[in-house]
Amino acid sequence: MGAFFSGHLAAARSAARRLAASPLNTLLSLVVIGAALALPAAGWLTLDNVQRFAGKVSGAQQISLFLTPGGGEKEAAEIETRLAGLSPGKWRFVAREEALKRLRETEGMADVAAGLTRNPLPDAFIVEPGDVRPEALENLAEIFRSWPAVAHVQLDSAWSRRLDVFLRLARLAVGIFAGLFAGMLVAVTFNTIRLQILARAAEIEVSRLFGATDAFIRRPFLYFGALQGALGGLFALSLIAGAGWSLAGPAGELLLLYGTDFVPRGPSPAQAGALVGVGAALGWLGARISVSIHPRGFA
Amino acid sequence: MISASAVTKRYPQGIEALKDLSFEIGDGELVFITGHSGAGKSTLFHLLAAIEKPTSGSIVVDGQNLAALRRGAIPYLRRKLGLIFQDQKLLFDRSVLDNVLLPLSIAGLPPREAMRRAHAALDKVGLLDRERAWPIALSGGEQQRLAIARAVVNRPSLLLADEPTANLDRESAGQILDLFRSFHQVGVTLVIITHDPQWMTRGARMLRLARGRLVDA
Ligand SMILES: Nc1ncnc2c1ncn2[C@@H]1O[C@H](COP(=O)(O)OP(=O)(O)OP(=O)(O)O)[C@@H](O)[C@H]1O
Ligand SMILES: [Mg+2]
Repeated sequence: MGAFFSGHLAAARSAARRLAASPLNTLLSLVVIGAALALPAAGWLTLDNVQRFAGKVSGAQQISLFLTPGGGEKEAAEIETRLAGLSPGKWRFVAREEALKRLRETEGMADVAAGLTRNPLPDAFIVEPGDVRPEALENLAEIFRSWPAVAHVQLDSAWSRRLDVFLRLARLAVGIFAGLFAGMLVAVTFNTIRLQILARAAEIEVSRLFGATDAFIRRPFLYFGALQGALGGLFALSLIAGAGWSLAGPAGELLLLYGTDFVPRGPSPAQAGALVGVGAALGWLGARISVSIHPRGFA
Repeated sequence: MISASAVTKRYPQGIEALKDLSFEIGDGELVFITGHSGAGKSTLFHLLAAIEKPTSGSIVVDGQNLAALRRGAIPYLRRKLGLIFQDQKLLFDRSVLDNVLLPLSIAGLPPREAMRRAHAALDKVGLLDRERAWPIALSGGEQQRLAIARAVVNRPSLLLADEPTANLDRESAGQILDLFRSFHQVGVTLVIITHDPQWMTRGARMLRLARGRLVDA
């Protein structure tokens, strides 16, 4: 157990020493690996923020139920009861008189309203659903349409649905890019390790002659790959932090225009840890492939 | 310690380097193997160290038949052997000390114990004051002694040496022979390949190879 542990420690140390021994190579690898991890991670974070922001500004999503013209208080009361039974969120009743009054107060519409000989507006309910997912809104609108005395249901979900489709596409794109970049990371590590194996052929041969197992010979390379990947992950985090910092000003101005208290979020500690872990795992994988397809070095 | 019977080694190109070899070497014996260049001495060394497999026949070393050894068992066999190669196989990008530490770190010795043993081995061959040097800075005789220190640092019960005194002057060769005699005295089995006549006059057991066959063994 002690020997096992000290063997791993020695392999990790040797990997760290080799990373430190050629700083330029290490730096170049870290830039490539860092970028490969940072780009998809940043894309993912951006989408996460866009989604949260959209949820915030579309929080006032409304469904309007226009009642059949000429209906009276009885119909309105019926709808009120049904809404209470369904309790889809908040709602309020807008009487036709109130609607007309609002129309008069709306800039540019006063003339139109003044020209009206009678009030053409129906009574209405404005519902602010609790669940603003596009499918949920659509379902709710469908239910309202089936109610008696409801002449027209207006759901302003086109924007939210478009955003939803966009987010789904963007997430797919980020996923594809993440896959490509992961492949790139594995390939970069694979090549680094391949060159190291060639450079250390003598050492590998001699180690074998003095009783080294496959595992013993592979171990420092695997540690190297994992360590380099993990450092690449840290580098990616610093790239993301740098980008976030430089975008904070302009983004703040934009948010001010929307007048929201939305605060963009960076990676959580768990996400940061996951990024470093993914870097390490992919680096390990690249190294693993490299050591297993080198029959000459390991025969 | 070693038991070879009807060992034949044919290389892929068709060269038959060893033909129908049978011999026994007992525990603690000192045996010289000699023969002309190309006689098959290094080939025999490679078979005994499980670097090559015999084409037919069996070689039992320390109770294990090398002809039937699983690949995974080879490393553990090697750790019981001390090997000194004809081309030395020193690592020139590592210090003298690190060369000697290599077999110990492979065997998984704790660093402190490894350091103690490496120093003892370097002391034995008279290179303790050169531990920080690079092998390239050593003389031929010193490099050979470094190879010996690395071979014995694991305290093997069997030491195999292929031409350990080639290219050395009489005095350096004599130093190395004395080293081997001291290992022999503490019970190590030694198989030394040489064609240095200086060694053959000392009344030790001799195995003579000629064109791949054992003659007047
Ligand atoms: N890897 C190999 N592949 C093919 N033939 C080989 C190989 N190694 C050795 N041989 C051949 O086997 C024969 C014996 O070679 P070996 O190296 O065992 O001789 P040796 O007795 O050690 O000679 P020397 O004293 O010159 O070192 C030679 O004919 C050699 O060419
Ligand atoms: Mg030879």
